[in-house]
Amino acid sequence: MKITYPHMGHLYIVIRALLTNLGLDVVLPPATSRRTVELGVRHSPEFACFPFKLNMGNYLEAKEMGADTILMAGGVGPCRFGYYAQVQQQILKDLGIEMEMVVLEPPDVSFREVKDKIRYLIGDLSWWQVIKATRFAWCKARAIDTVEEKLLYLRPRVIEPHKLERYFREALQEIDTADNRRAVQQVVRSFLKKSEMMPQHSREPLRVGLVGEIFTVLEPFANYDLEKRLGLLGVDVTRSIWLSAWINEHLLGGLLRIRHECVHDKRLAAPYLNSFVGGHGKETVGCTVGFAQRDYDGVIQLAPLTCMPEIVAHSVFPAISKDYEIPLLTFYLDELSGEAGIQTRLEAFIDLIAAYSRNKEGVL
Amino acid sequence: MVKIGIPRALFYYYYYPLWRAFFNSLGLEVILSPQTNKAILDDGIKTTLSEACLPVKVFFGHAMAVAEQVDYLFVPRITRVEPKAYICPKFMGLPDMLRARLQNLPVLIDTVVDAGREGDSIQCWEDCFQEVGSIFTRDKQLVDSSIKAALQAQGQFKKRLNEGMLLPQALEDIDVAEVAAALQPHLTLKIGLIGHPYNLYDPYISMNLIKKLYTLGVSVVTPESLTDNEIEDKSNKLPKRLFWTLGKRMIGSALNFYQNRRLDGLIYLTSFGCGPEALVEEMVARWAKQRDDLPLMMLTIDEHTGEAGMLTRLEAFTEMIKRRHKV
Ligand code: SF4
Repeated sequence: MKITYPHMGHLYIVIRALLTNLGLDVVLPPATSRRTVELGVRHSPEFACFPFKLNMGNYLEAKEMGADTILMAGGVGPCRFGYYAQVQQQILKDLGIEMEMVVLEPPDVSFREVKDKIRYLIGDLSWWQVIKATRFAWCKARAIDTVEEKLLYLRPRVIEPHKLERYFREALQEIDTADNRRAVQQVVRSFLKKSEMMPQHSREPLRVGLVGEIFTVLEPFANYDLEKRLGLLGVDVTRSIWLSAWINEHLLGGLLRIRHECVHDKRLAAPYLNSFVGGHGKETVGCTVGFAQRDYDGVIQLAPLTCMPEIVAHSVFPAISKDYEIPLLTFYLDELSGEAGIQTRLEAFIDLIAAYSRNKEGVL
Repeated sequence: MVKIGIPRALFYYYYYPLWRAFFNSLGLEVILSPQTNKAILDDGIKTTLSEACLPVKVFFGHAMAVAEQVDYLFVPRITRVEPKAYICPKFMGLPDMLRARLQNLPVLIDTVVDAGREGDSIQCWEDCFQEVGSIFTRDKQLVDSSIKAALQAQGQFKKRLNEGMLLPQALEDIDVAEVAAALQPHLTLKIGLIGHPYNLYDPYISMNLIKKLYTLGVSVVTPESLTDNEIEDKSNKLPKRLFWTLGKRMIGSALNFYQNRRLDGLIYLTSFGCGPEALVEEMVARWAKQRDDLPLMMLTIDEHTGEAGMLTRLEAFTEMIKRRHKV
């Protein structure tokens, strides 16, 4: 069995650690590129969301590299993600491509089923080995988040952001290749030390919160490197979604306690959005309110074009923006969003929040 | 008399008889927004995000059209009307979207309708109505009897649909026999129509699709003529249970139509920006290829679709079917 899985930001490192330690033969699709997009778009429904299309591209490129099995997550709606795998399977079949798909549905639907599927994948490995592999993968997930959080914080502050970026890339790669927990922690420590010693500007950067649909937030290819663009424009970006938090919620059933700035913000969604609407809709609204209450200068929402929960969330933005007097900006992303357009809109937004923030200070 | 406004959009097409009977029996006056027209659509477009789907835009227009004449606006938060299947994220957020985007709204009745994991299609409405009833009266018996009247009216409506009556007629209180006579049986072609009722039966949005087909000599079979069981049976054939009630109706109808040997073709009407449809229509189209004697036409409408273009496509489609028959 040669197993592959679609990309979502740096998730590949975590899953690779997990599967390899389960004794599986992993075929990682090449990093998502223009070619991936072209392949994916060609074989996907026109109005499917962007992540669906990128997944398709990843599968087809992995197939070229010899993969024969796909590992994919499922869901129970109402967001479309829960039905991706079934449609993708049909498309592959119609293309005459023989790839088996193992879909992990959320454990609250059928714990037994998840267990059976894992058993199918790992053969007669002991559960103890499964736990060990999971803990190792988890340690990598935490490591990635720690270095990335630092990167987001320092990028607008250091004098040489490109050098910082290089340190970060190196750290990621070392985390990926590290084969024990101590080595992983060592990488993190040395990255933190190196980056904190870099010379910084004295000005305080503007602060922007980042909310929205998980894939477009975590996958720099899908969001046209938005965090980096903002950082280079001198903006401190705070994410509301982290890889490890997502893994904890969706794959580990919320077993662990994770701390990050927006953990409790979901409950702030009411009175603006009083119901679960699938996907991350409620979190998007809650975290937007949270950022506003913590006096951020602005909030940016990211969503794949046609993403239903995010459209609902975006629809209630006018009320939040009015109540808290905070500028909000939404990007709907797909294969046609142009880089130039994104950069222009970002720059205009930064000018706007800078003016707002000067204004506020003037009043105080 | 207290006036309750109901926008003539979205689930009006599924549940109007139920809602009307309930409120009337409570002694309240129900006011329906007028038929969709240009002003309504324009209002909807102006007040919604451009990314919203066409039916939600239309809904906003209707809410605005009726808002000023009423004391309350009935916009239940319809989450699940059967266990483990949702309607659509946009239905779930509808009252919140209205509140955030429209000023000077009357009081919204946004009671949740949710069959949850174990409820059913009747109990979810009973629960909703118990709550809504308590807004207007303390008389529990009156609420109970109103719920009964409502369910009865809805049952009647369903029966009419299953008897083959077209939905707009079933919504009115027209005698069954009369309408059956009005449906001319001599049309030469028979086409299965797939699509959400709020698109199919809104003549302004569908640009009189059904009437146009009549004049082209085509009679139609609609998803509403199928029983829930027929739809459920067929949609159960999917590799994984669909978690959208409306999507299931679309797939279930398509699969029923594929088996119906008396049909000459299928038309699938979708509206721009519908999320679930993007996946559902893909599945339908892929399966359609397996029955190559039954042509399928996809019609996607948005606020810019032109009437002339649509007519041309319908003509071409029916011509094509007729040519195939001759060969
Ligand atoms: S089901 Fe489709 S058309 Fe209906 S509200 Fe949802 S997205 Fe819009």
